[in-house]
Amino acid sequence: MPVMNMVQAINATLHEEMARDDRVVVFGQDVAVNGGVFRATEGLYDRFGGERVVDTPLAEAAIVGAGVGLGVAGMVPVAEIQFLGFAYQAFHQIVGQMARLRYRSSGRLTVPIVVRAPFGGGVRTPELHSDSIEAQLANCPGLKIAMPSSAADAKGLLAAAIRDPDPVLFLEPLRGYRAIRDQVPEGEHLVPFGEARTVRGGDDVVIVAWSYMVEIARRASVELEQEGIAARVLDLRTIVPLDTGAIREAVEACGRAVVVQEAPETAGFASEVIATINDEAFYSLEAPVARVSGWDVPYPVGLLEDYHVPNVERVVAAVRRALQ
Amino acid sequence: MAMTETQDRIAPRSDLSGTELQDLLRRMIAARTFSSRCFSLQRQGRIGTMAPIDGAEALVVGAAAALDPARDWVLPQYRELHGLLRFGEEVLETTIRYLRGDPAGGHFPAPIRIWPPQIALAAQIPQAVGLAWGMKLRREEGVVLTFFGDGATSEGDFYEGGNFAGVLRAPVVLLCNNNAWAISTPVRLQTAAESFAAKAAAFGIPGELVDGRDVLAVRDAVARARERAVAGDGPTLIEARAYRLGPHTTADDPSRYVPPGELEAARQRDPIDLFRRELEAAGVWNAGLEEEAKRDADARFDRALAAAEAVAIEPDSLFEHVYASPTARMERQRRQLLDGLGDRGAGGEERR
Repeated sequence: MPVMNMVQAINATLHEEMARDDRVVVFGQDVAVNGGVFRATEGLYDRFGGERVVDTPLAEAAIVGAGVGLGVAGMVPVAEIQFLGFAYQAFHQIVGQMARLRYRSSGRLTVPIVVRAPFGGGVRTPELHSDSIEAQLANCPGLKIAMPSSAADAKGLLAAAIRDPDPVLFLEPLRGYRAIRDQVPEGEHLVPFGEARTVRGGDDVVIVAWSYMVEIARRASVELEQEGIAARVLDLRTIVPLDTGAIREAVEACGRAVVVQEAPETAGFASEVIATINDEAFYSLEAPVARVSGWDVPYPVGLLEDYHVPNVERVVAAVRRALQ
Repeated sequence: MAMTETQDRIAPRSDLSGTELQDLLRRMIAARTFSSRCFSLQRQGRIGTMAPIDGAEALVVGAAAALDPARDWVLPQYRELHGLLRFGEEVLETTIRYLRGDPAGGHFPAPIRIWPPQIALAAQIPQAVGLAWGMKLRREEGVVLTFFGDGATSEGDFYEGGNFAGVLRAPVVLLCNNNAWAISTPVRLQTAAESFAAKAAAFGIPGELVDGRDVLAVRDAVARARERAVAGDGPTLIEARAYRLGPHTTADDPSRYVPPGELEAARQRDPIDLFRRELEAAGVWNAGLEEEAKRDADARFDRALAAAEAVAIEPDSLFEHVYASPTARMERQRRQLLDGLGDRGAGGEERR
């Protein structure tokens, strides 16, 4: 199996899916001739032409809104929002429109769209480029949300997203585009939604995470192993749908849990995971569930971001708390 | 009473036959009748808030008359549905179901090419552009027409959507129903531009100002726009100027803000009266036909209402059509809902 970084895996998957299904249309800002500002769409324009790979005006709401119409017309839209923080300017089209057209029309009008967007900190971007807003989107029924943490999963989840009949937000960790590298299966590779993945085994404690925080959790787990602590790492892969069963099994096996998210603490998706543990596995718990997150501040400027984004030290400390 | 097809004395204003002209007037009368009947139902507590069509009949019926219901799509705002029965008689029952709060009220049955009413102003504009873009990519013949009001032109979606339409040369007709009021906000507080049609210049597309009280003028303008779109020449923005002959919705009281006398003056140019007088003068309309048109509209409304009110609502239909298939979590929630309802569940059937 070839080793790829995450952006290469995404690019390869877009090539394969566009070749497989001629209804797939890729569009957004700078995605065609330039191949995307991170090169996620490189080569698509030359290979599939200007009708299927389209540079649009700089207008996030219209990118999503037009994608809704394109989907109803029978195409398979794959839109790119250049940074997830810019999706605030499309929020009404995502949450108020795209997510609920199937519901509003009782199944008559459906939108098999994928909206791709990079997000997350650690790369010293300008303002609004790093926001982790998955919990705001997870609170909107009608959306599915995939957040891969490996190149292999980026391929499998993106292919599944493109073939999914419903709107999918495909959120890509900016920091992982080149930093995450792993073996990616060749040819058809689909990762079904709602199936979490055990990244590292262990039965002293489970660290639940998604997207780039899985990598932080994995490193913490390696470090904890030196101290004789076996920390299991569970990658949710999709937060909607949520693999409740995998969370229950992991907590039942370990009795202790830590949840890690990059977003601010209050009303983040970690809260939902902890509520799920409460519902599903409360009597298996030997200690309160610990949470590691960003602080309740707007995403900070570059010189402050290392104090904000959860790191290995904070996760290790939370695991020690959970083990007391 | 029946007129012959050859009796067409309003030429050269129109090349339509007498029968076609009568059909337009009948549809306008029916639209107002349906809308007024719904207004009464709201007062009786049988449906929710609704936006009457009064004053917009000519522009809705005229636009629909220029479209091909087998090929073209309409994305309405929320004031037009009673005038869109050219797309299928079931439009009426579906509209009543929508206003009742029936989940199927947003599902215009195939092959009717109408989207559900849009409450978020202008949100349908980029969607209409995307649909038209997709039809173009699929080499389909049709066009998309979307309705919106003067107030909606202040939304970002109007500008983003109009701009997209121009760049993509999407086969779309953007039809602005300028009825002078956005609830209580008059047009002079909505824009400093001399017209809404003038905004087409910013999109690089043709803009046309048309008398929205004149069904034939609107029909012609939309037909020209459609022809351009089908020929691959892209979108058109049409501003149809009319006047809202009553409240914004059943929940509005225009006497609080419309200057005294303005509504009465506008009623002197009621689009239905204008067209009726024209057809009467041409000898293609009379009191008997008027009576028949109203009776027919009432009978159709009665039938649609009876069908709409006969529908039983299943409580757990709450969970249908969120996704193609519900998540495991939603299935658990559905069981919780039905358990909580106990024997009060749909059909009186005991459920656990």
